[in-house]
Amino acid sequence: MKKLLMATAATALMAGAAFADGHSKEVKIGVLLGFTGPIESLAGAMAAGAELAMSEVTASGAFMDGATVTPLRADTGCIDNGLSTANAERLIADGIAGLVGGDCSGVTGAILQNVAIPNGMVMISPSATSPGLSTMEDNGLFFRTSPSDAREGQVMAEVLMDRGIKSIALTYTNNDYGKGLADAIVTSFEAAGGEVTINAAHEDGKADYSAEVGALASAGGDILVVAGYLDQGGLGIIQASLDSGAFDTFGLPGGMIGDSLPKNVGSDLNGSFGQIAGSGGKGTDAIAALSKEAGFDGTSPYAPESYDAAALLMFAMQAANSTAPADYAGKVLDVANAPGEKIYPGELAKGLEILAGGGEIDYVGASAVELIGPGESAGNYREIEVKDGKNETVGFR
Amino acid sequence: MDFLNAIVALSNYVIVPGIAYGSQLALGALGVTLIYGILRFSNFAHGDTMAFGAMVTILVTWWMQSVGISLGPLPTALLALPFGILATMALLLATDRLVYRFYREQKAKPVILVIVSMGVMFIMNGLVRFIIGPNDQKFLDGERFIISAREFKALTGLKEGLAIKTTQGLTVVTAVVVVILLFWFLNRTRTGKSMRAYSDNEDLALLSGINPERVVMYTWLIVAALATIAGTLYGLDKTFKPFTYFQLLLPIFASAIVGGLGNPLGAIAGGFVIAFSEVTITYAWKKVARYLLPENLEPDSLVQLLSTDYKFAVSFVILLIVLLFKPTGLFKGKSV
Repeated sequence: MKKLLMATAATALMAGAAFADGHSKEVKIGVLLGFTGPIESLAGAMAAGAELAMSEVTASGAFMDGATVTPLRADTGCIDNGLSTANAERLIADGIAGLVGGDCSGVTGAILQNVAIPNGMVMISPSATSPGLSTMEDNGLFFRTSPSDAREGQVMAEVLMDRGIKSIALTYTNNDYGKGLADAIVTSFEAAGGEVTINAAHEDGKADYSAEVGALASAGGDILVVAGYLDQGGLGIIQASLDSGAFDTFGLPGGMIGDSLPKNVGSDLNGSFGQIAGSGGKGTDAIAALSKEAGFDGTSPYAPESYDAAALLMFAMQAANSTAPADYAGKVLDVANAPGEKIYPGELAKGLEILAGGGEIDYVGASAVELIGPGESAGNYREIEVKDGKNETVGFR
Repeated sequence: MDFLNAIVALSNYVIVPGIAYGSQLALGALGVTLIYGILRFSNFAHGDTMAFGAMVTILVTWWMQSVGISLGPLPTALLALPFGILATMALLLATDRLVYRFYREQKAKPVILVIVSMGVMFIMNGLVRFIIGPNDQKFLDGERFIISAREFKALTGLKEGLAIKTTQGLTVVTAVVVVILLFWFLNRTRTGKSMRAYSDNEDLALLSGINPERVVMYTWLIVAALATIAGTLYGLDKTFKPFTYFQLLLPIFASAIVGGLGNPLGAIAGGFVIAFSEVTITYAWKKVARYLLPENLEPDSLVQLLSTDYKFAVSFVILLIVLLFKPTGLFKGKSV
């Protein structure tokens, strides 16, 4: 009997050891995005982007001596602070080594303050753009592969100036995103010598925007810049402006860029222009090809940034040779920026090998990652112009 | 020339939208005021009745569009309107049979009926969302404009454009026709007269042999027609979204009370008073002032009394003023 017990115990031990050897280690990474709520239509492709990077790394076998990376999804609801902190706590309890998320600016701040900092967890957001997050105390744990809206304000001002527009009327959706972006546009545009005739809020979800448009028209301006949402008040404002003949041309920041806007408004939108976070070149082509193979749209907004967020986490772990957030947090900026070998999507294995060999990499990735200041993307934008009822990319900034 | 420009700008942003909005409010307020006059309670479910009627009309419109029936330059929704009215009539008669009749037999106090109508409102609210969903729905087709701003500028050579949407024209014409029909019905027909008699003095009406259940039934039928027409016109002109109909309740009640609850003429006047107050108080007068005033007096600010965010507050304030100083409304109605 005793012998039998001994034998069983020994076998169990051996099996355990063999198991551990075979798989070396399993590294869990949380994917905390708004699968429900206002940006649910984007979250699917974003999560798929992050998971694509993870499966690529797992398949390479080069990560932390052959560790596998497992994604764990959870929901933020985009605007639900309670839900997102509860889900973040759960992910921590499940033993994640790093976090891709959150997505919308408000919940990202809440997760950072309530969960990430107390637990010392590193988080990289692919899509939180509020300027407020740049100055938030983060103990060096928070990064984002998306640029701050303050940068979008500068880009918008440049686009307007290059097109010879001297005065604008400005309306924004009445929330953190809209207000932050509108302020950024006003600051940059006025600094460049432009005039903002009016800076008025509009509420989403109203039936009728003719009163708002009346005020905007009365203030005047060469064009109307609408810092809103394309399925919400932004669409209503544009429709009412065209109906009453108040404005013919519109400036469209990121929240207004999407296929549905030209479709809903029709040919009157031709000639309107704007910009959205994104970059061209090798990285974009690479992610488009990879995602097509994986069966999702990798050019969907913030999907490239999500791929990059996951890749950065894993590169930092590899560089620190540790999955403990305290060890690798300091490495994120190193792997993202020069000097080092440039790494594009699909070349993650190469990057991991260089890092394992003690070399340096400069991760470019799908969205031309360049982290500045407190760890946020320097910001690459696609300049969009509506031509023949379609959003067309006319340049990069 | 500047004077003409000022007038055109004013028409474009204040007068035309104000008239259309006023007509929509007036139609809604007529329904509220009829129920108050004859059934003696404030029907909170009216906004959602409008939403229900508009919803059925939209569903029938979509069906018509899919089989290729259209009215040419006019919206197909006009053809679908009778179906919406019939469905709403059925719904209102059913709620009366199932809910209100019970309380009428109990001789319940008006305040109880108000709370009951609130319950009905929530049910209808849910019903509409359950069937068509909480989102914006598009069902407008045909010509969008009677005259567009661009055409107007080319035609007159003025700097300012004037746009009149087909739906705005349609709203006003329909409202006028409906109001004429309603007044003819109330003043000239036997049923209409019996309704007015019942409204003036219930006991006397009963003694002279008027059947109260018939009066109640006709009231609901007329209210169903008014609500569906108002709801559909509002949806055509603006947008159909169930929640906005719930929000419309406030200006509609304000219109009915300002005009004098129970008085149909007052409801119409009240609708226009509320609509024009909302539009003029939140309008930025800078543009008009620039055309009219001599150069040294031109304003730099927007000359806007209240930001457009406070649109609904305007109805509230007017409501308060009227209730404080003239509780029976502009046209002698019943005091609340």
